[in-house]
Amino acid sequence: MKLGRYQREVSAALAYAALLVLIGFIAPSFFSATNLRDLALNNAPVLLVAVGMTMVILVGEIDISVGSQFAVCSVAAGWLAKSGVSIVLLLPCVLAFGAAMGAFNGFLIGRVRLPSIIVTLAMLTAWRDGLRWITQGAWVENLPANFQWFGLGQMSGQWLIVIVALLVLIGFGWLLRNLGAGRAIYAVGSDAEAARLAGIEPRNVVFGVFVLTGALVGLAALLNAVRFAVVPSNAGMGLELKAIAAVVVGGAAITGGRGTLAGTLIGVALLGTIGTGLTFMGINPFWEKAIQGGIILAALASDVALGRLEKHGRLNPARTAAS
Amino acid sequence: MTDNVLLSVNDITKSYAGVDALKNVSFELRRGEVHALIGENGAGKSTLIKIITGAVEPDGGEIKLNGQTLRHNSPRAAKQLGIAAIYQQPALFPELTVAENIAIGLEQRGLWARIDWRERRCHAAELLAQVGAKIAVDAEAGTLTMPQQQLVEIARALGAKARVLIMDEPTASLSEEDAQNLFKVIRQLRGQGVGIVYISHRLEELPLIADRVTVLRDGCVIDTRPISEVNRQQLIQLMVGRELSAVFPKREVALGEVVLELRNVGCAALGVHDVNLSLRAGEIVGLAGLVGAGRTELASIIFGLTPADEGEMLLHGRPIQITNPAQAIASGIAYVPEDRRRHGVILPMAICPNITLAALDRLKSFGSLDFRREKEIAADYTRRFGIKTPSIFTPVANLSGGNQQKVALSRWLVTKPSVLILDEPTQGIDVGAKAEIHALMSELAAQGTAILMISSELPEILGMSDRAAVIHDGTIFGMLDRAEATQANILALALGHKLIEAGAPAASQTGQS
Repeated sequence: MKLGRYQREVSAALAYAALLVLIGFIAPSFFSATNLRDLALNNAPVLLVAVGMTMVILVGEIDISVGSQFAVCSVAAGWLAKSGVSIVLLLPCVLAFGAAMGAFNGFLIGRVRLPSIIVTLAMLTAWRDGLRWITQGAWVENLPANFQWFGLGQMSGQWLIVIVALLVLIGFGWLLRNLGAGRAIYAVGSDAEAARLAGIEPRNVVFGVFVLTGALVGLAALLNAVRFAVVPSNAGMGLELKAIAAVVVGGAAITGGRGTLAGTLIGVALLGTIGTGLTFMGINPFWEKAIQGGIILAALASDVALGRLEKHGRLNPARTAAS
Repeated sequence: MTDNVLLSVNDITKSYAGVDALKNVSFELRRGEVHALIGENGAGKSTLIKIITGAVEPDGGEIKLNGQTLRHNSPRAAKQLGIAAIYQQPALFPELTVAENIAIGLEQRGLWARIDWRERRCHAAELLAQVGAKIAVDAEAGTLTMPQQQLVEIARALGAKARVLIMDEPTASLSEEDAQNLFKVIRQLRGQGVGIVYISHRLEELPLIADRVTVLRDGCVIDTRPISEVNRQQLIQLMVGRELSAVFPKREVALGEVVLELRNVGCAALGVHDVNLSLRAGEIVGLAGLVGAGRTELASIIFGLTPADEGEMLLHGRPIQITNPAQAIASGIAYVPEDRRRHGVILPMAICPNITLAALDRLKSFGSLDFRREKEIAADYTRRFGIKTPSIFTPVANLSGGNQQKVALSRWLVTKPSVLILDEPTQGIDVGAKAEIHALMSELAAQGTAILMISSELPEILGMSDRAAVIHDGTIFGMLDRAEATQANILALALGHKLIEAGAPAASQTGQS
């Protein structure tokens, strides 16, 4: 019974376990401490964005502007650091910056009721090209010394990033499960009109989710920027697709109302592992994207197949009792 | 006799996941016959229909149409043989016009043939005229009301020259007047030799329309009889297998003070104006009227879905402005909408979160939801209302209609409302569940809840209400107390005839039903 509810997450986890076993046989060196650490570091920002994306997809919307928002926040973080804003103030500033961009999306989608795919497609281009125009493509260089790893030094800075990402994941997981607001997100994604009749205001829920997602993108951008000596103005290219893919592979329904952050974590890990895993197994990395695409299709196909089985009453113990 | 048989279903068996949905069911439909098919929800009516229309394959048995066995039945094959079905929830394409909806499936000229728009519109208008519907052929189907959509579907079936027409609860969402119109259309079809399988929970309408009746219970045919030989009470007994003492048991309750009062309330956008209404604690006020007269619209004003733009509302004697549902709920007003499958419950969600959805702020404990209390509440209501389910974590989509409605009701009872608005609370649910819901309403009234019940079923209004408010043309046209409330009086008011003195309809000839 319990397994039934999390069946999609379980099957993603099984697929991931199978992949790890396969890599273990072919390329055991994949499991070296250095490699695993790099994997965690590279994927921490993706995880943060995917947490936001999970909520966006749960309310039945989509946000393809997160990659561009990420670039804007990265450059903004670099500039602020250069202009002497202290590292303590940097975090709230970048969060607010991301939240403001998210609020703009949320206003147009939640309040004005424009379709999210169109709004965020427009924002994807607008933020990206606006940034290119302002920076003239130049990278932010000569960052102050205390910007890198928040001045903590590489070792503790690294751990901080991974721990923050995991804490955020756990925190939002708790929120989705334990707060009325989390319940509201699922309700709005399942049936917005029914939610409205139950006293939930879908417009506010959608708005709130986009604001949170923007803030999470800001956090991800900052945590990513501190890892390098320069901030490239084209950061976060393709990030939106990575995040959406991870959420979908993790078992969330693209139509909203169903999905968990545990699934998203598995999705991020699975897609992240495949990238480096292929290299370790000696497969041409050009195949990476194609294989990722295949995995997304497989996830969606298994979703549809499960749905069909349920519809025909084979996997559905409840039908028995109801009739 | 036998050569008059149009469709015969012999020894059909079907099981889902090892549970028998149909056991050796045999059923025959003659030419020019209206054959009623009744049974509680879950008795197997839907499965039988799905088998006849080819949507579901039986495990055993055979179907004969005009004496010929249908081998590979499929929805497409059934349609070509002239089997058409009209379901309770109209299945039109909301973005297409009425004419286009009617044309779909009728025009067999191939995908590349040029569409003759003028002919298509004329044909649609002709078919609509045959069913007595005044609907513009260029209107988008999504903008039509439920009864209008249904008439469009019947027109489409007429156009397809259906020989077997299956109607699943066609009158469930129709007002009395619309239902009478529908009966006219059905009689006309019967005269043309069409065989009609007629499914309905409204037993009182069967003598008006059906020739024979077949009762299903637990997947078996209990009996088939001419309608003239059975009465309502016998039918109910056959359906439930036990005797129901009373279908409408409104208990006598001492009425308390006025809880909700509307003074000249109106909303121009909804066509509602000058509504004066008061609800007292423990009182059930039935809101009758034709579909489209403004019943649901009035409910949506009170609940804040579309706020009033004139008049004033008083709750417990204090003026109140309700501008959104959240505020209505906070003020103790609850609303169970008509279309429960769409908005009364959240279908993919489990029973437990559905029941607590409107009362989440009461479940807070140290900032988090109190899961143990939530489970207790859900289990408590599930037990009290007899919601049939394997677990409180079963998705509501898997329940039968009656049980879904009980979940929808439970959600509001958790909020302990002082005013409860029920929009067609027993529409399309079986007799047993209906009686349970009525008993529940009585109990709520006894606890001091003021109930406003919208219903298209006059017996329900007559049996359950302390007073009946009849709405006509966007305003409350008459208020009848228990003694005055008769079928004739309510109908007269609903049709816009004023009553003179002591409840005699002014236009008395229209008052007889």
